[in-house]
Amino acid sequence: MPSHKIDPNKWIDLYSDYLFNYTISRVNDRDIAQDLVQDTFFAGLKSMKNFKGEASERTWLVSILKRKIIDHYRKTNSNKGKAEVRMNYSSEESEGDWLEERVADPFDKTAEDTLENEELSGAIHRCLGKLPLKQANVFKMKTILNYETEVICNELNITPSNLWVIIHRARTAMAGCLKENWF
Amino acid sequence: MSEQVSKILMSCDSANHVCDKSQYKEATLWEKIKLNIHLIYCSACRTYTKNNSILTKTIKKSKVETMDSSSKDEMRRKMEEAMKNNS
Repeated sequence: MPSHKIDPNKWIDLYSDYLFNYTISRVNDRDIAQDLVQDTFFAGLKSMKNFKGEASERTWLVSILKRKIIDHYRKTNSNKGKAEVRMNYSSEESEGDWLEERVADPFDKTAEDTLENEELSGAIHRCLGKLPLKQANVFKMKTILNYETEVICNELNITPSNLWVIIHRARTAMAGCLKENWF
Repeated sequence: MSEQVSKILMSCDSANHVCDKSQYKEATLWEKIKLNIHLIYCSACRTYTKNNSILTKTIKKSKVETMDSSSKDEMRRKMEEAMKNNS
């Protein structure tokens, strides 16, 4: 049942932020994450013929991205010639403490926190995906990238009152969507 | 009298607008005072304000990330090139 179609022209608009967010929670570096997303799109472009339409486009791209992330770690590892374990002490005084003593570090982010954040980011991106493209763009620029109103207006060529109407609609939709899917 | 009242009271539309602005810390003090007066007697806007600040907090908490538009444009350019070479 090949119900899913593929259209690379829309990839960047539709999936780049989702994939970027997915990557950055795994590599912790904006530049590297951006490169990996770019590589994923290129690889997707090359193997488009192999897309059977069994999964959605996004799922398919994520599966490529996963391989890219693994490759990235493999490469950085072989660059150094060996695996390297880096330890960061949470404070000056604890320098030299053994790893065993740091197990119950209260300042360490717990796995649950990270996991929840990741799921929440996913939910936010799914909701953003349901918004009309323009609303989603304005909302992202204003709320996530924290751009000034003026900057957004100049870039998108809209008036401030225009912007606030778009923001209002986007916020209403986002609040409703997240209420259903998250809260 | 009615003129003075209209200085303090605001419509639901402008209340929502001020509420949106205050989520980005762009509302003036006087606007925020008027909004709070409005919220005393308008339950619809109270609900909206509540949901709106929950949304702000949620997004802040999630530390969600997006790419900035210039790097997206750059990506778009590279994609177009690659698509040309591919076909």
